[in-house]
Amino acid sequence: MFTETPFVRVKLRRQAVAKWVFFAMAASMIVPLLLIIAHLVERALPSLSLEFLLAAPARGMKEGGIWPALVGTIHLVVISLAVAAPIGVLAAVYLNEYAKDNWFNRLINLAVINLAGVPSIVHALFGLGAFVYAAQFGYSIISASLTLAIMTMPVIIASTREALASVPRSFREACWNVGATRWQTIRAIVLPNSISGILTGIILQVSRTAGETAPIMFTGAVFFKAVKAGDLFPYGLGDQCMALSMHLYTLSTQVPGVKESIPYATAVVLLGAVLLVNTAAIALRVWLRNRKKW
Amino acid sequence: MVTAAPKISVQDLRLAFGAKEVLHGISFDIGRNEIFGVIGPAQSGKTSLLRCINRTIDFSPDATMTGTVLVDGEDVRKTRNVYGLRRKIGMVAPLPVGLPLTIYENVAFAPRCVGVSAKSELDGLVEKCLTQAALWDEVKDRLDSLGTKLSGGQQQRLTIARALSHQPEVLCLDEFSIAIDPVTTMRIEDVLKELRKDITIILVTNLVQQARRLADRAMFLWNGDIVELDRNEVIFSEQPASRKTYEYVHGIFG
Repeated sequence: MFTETPFVRVKLRRQAVAKWVFFAMAASMIVPLLLIIAHLVERALPSLSLEFLLAAPARGMKEGGIWPALVGTIHLVVISLAVAAPIGVLAAVYLNEYAKDNWFNRLINLAVINLAGVPSIVHALFGLGAFVYAAQFGYSIISASLTLAIMTMPVIIASTREALASVPRSFREACWNVGATRWQTIRAIVLPNSISGILTGIILQVSRTAGETAPIMFTGAVFFKAVKAGDLFPYGLGDQCMALSMHLYTLSTQVPGVKESIPYATAVVLLGAVLLVNTAAIALRVWLRNRKKW
Repeated sequence: MVTAAPKISVQDLRLAFGAKEVLHGISFDIGRNEIFGVIGPAQSGKTSLLRCINRTIDFSPDATMTGTVLVDGEDVRKTRNVYGLRRKIGMVAPLPVGLPLTIYENVAFAPRCVGVSAKSELDGLVEKCLTQAALWDEVKDRLDSLGTKLSGGQQQRLTIARALSHQPEVLCLDEFSIAIDPVTTMRIEDVLKELRKDITIILVTNLVQQARRLADRAMFLWNGDIVELDRNEVIFSEQPASRKTYEYVHGIFG
């Protein structure tokens, strides 16, 4: 039978210690998040209200709300994803389902990986050169959105490929065996079963797009723009706009004498929106996973 | 048994994955309406041979195939309609793969791929194929449940039904009975005997007795070479041409 030799005792103790150390490391991740949220919300409380969301900044941005920035961020996110998501998903389908292993496709792969690693400030400079000047879109929502799209596309490609690769190859082979073309296989089997992962990957880019400051600062976001409170579509494609991340930066560094709670409230709104979107992504993933068919 | 024009004719077929050659130039004919047994140990190239015939070998990027495989006299490597070729050849893989679709759609998938959309036609096909695969009675009341939720043995029969759904002229069964109980295996073997009136069957199997029961002729493949190809009576007799065949068939191999 089992005898507890000293060696076994040492082994068991090590095992217990190791488990607790790993647990402590993992649990420590919660602490910064909770501290950030608590700190922000505490400072922001005096300004947080529905009025704050819907009003325009007042008295040289020292008071008032954030409506123009909020609606500007929504514009940028929606337009950039409308560009990046279809291109990214289709590119990923090509790379994962069609591409043979040759030098050109390897080059595309390399480009995608490296593009994902380019710092956002470099994307900003590229956007400035390419969209603002070369394409003559000027400082505008369209330039800023396209810059953000270039930034998010490689990440969407990567997450989509991962989702596609999670569909077992045996399903594809079964389809090919009965004479289905690659496209019929993709339509009937691969896409329906990877759509959860694809959508989650795209939604997670919403928060990234909303949070970035550098790429829009050079291409279309402005310090201030007069907008009617509550107006849902105050901007045209060629207009400049305000954005939450940029607004936060401005309030914190460029405007003296701002009421202290206002930048904090802005940060809470930005963080809240990001958490909301991420939670939606997780919920969607869970819901679709429960419908998983194998 | 072998008529003048063979259904499938393989001539000097060589197949290599990268630098490793797995079929070393094999040649044989398969007659119309024949049940053609292929026996041999693992790694002898049986599955690869089937994949050459329906050109799914294309999906292995490192595979190079030389020689000719003629189906109805047409070289599969030169065919302009590889999808038509694959519909002509029903393929049942060793491990059952139910597609993540309903049972009905699993069987209706192949007909839909060639544009069959009339409900009555699809209904008839689904019932016929599931019946042939000895699965209809078990699933007829839940055709809209998922094929992937069936048991392993049922999924294998679903795979057979799917392979029949595009009305193939050749049916390749690659170790089809691995996941099925002996009773069901017998039922399917009976179906195969029925089917042979209309189609040609290639039966790849590890079960020597199964080949003996069903096949008209059997080919003993070993390490990518044909050791012996002859009528069943010869292969499974006490005196096949090759000593190796005798030893393999009688289980005293290696």
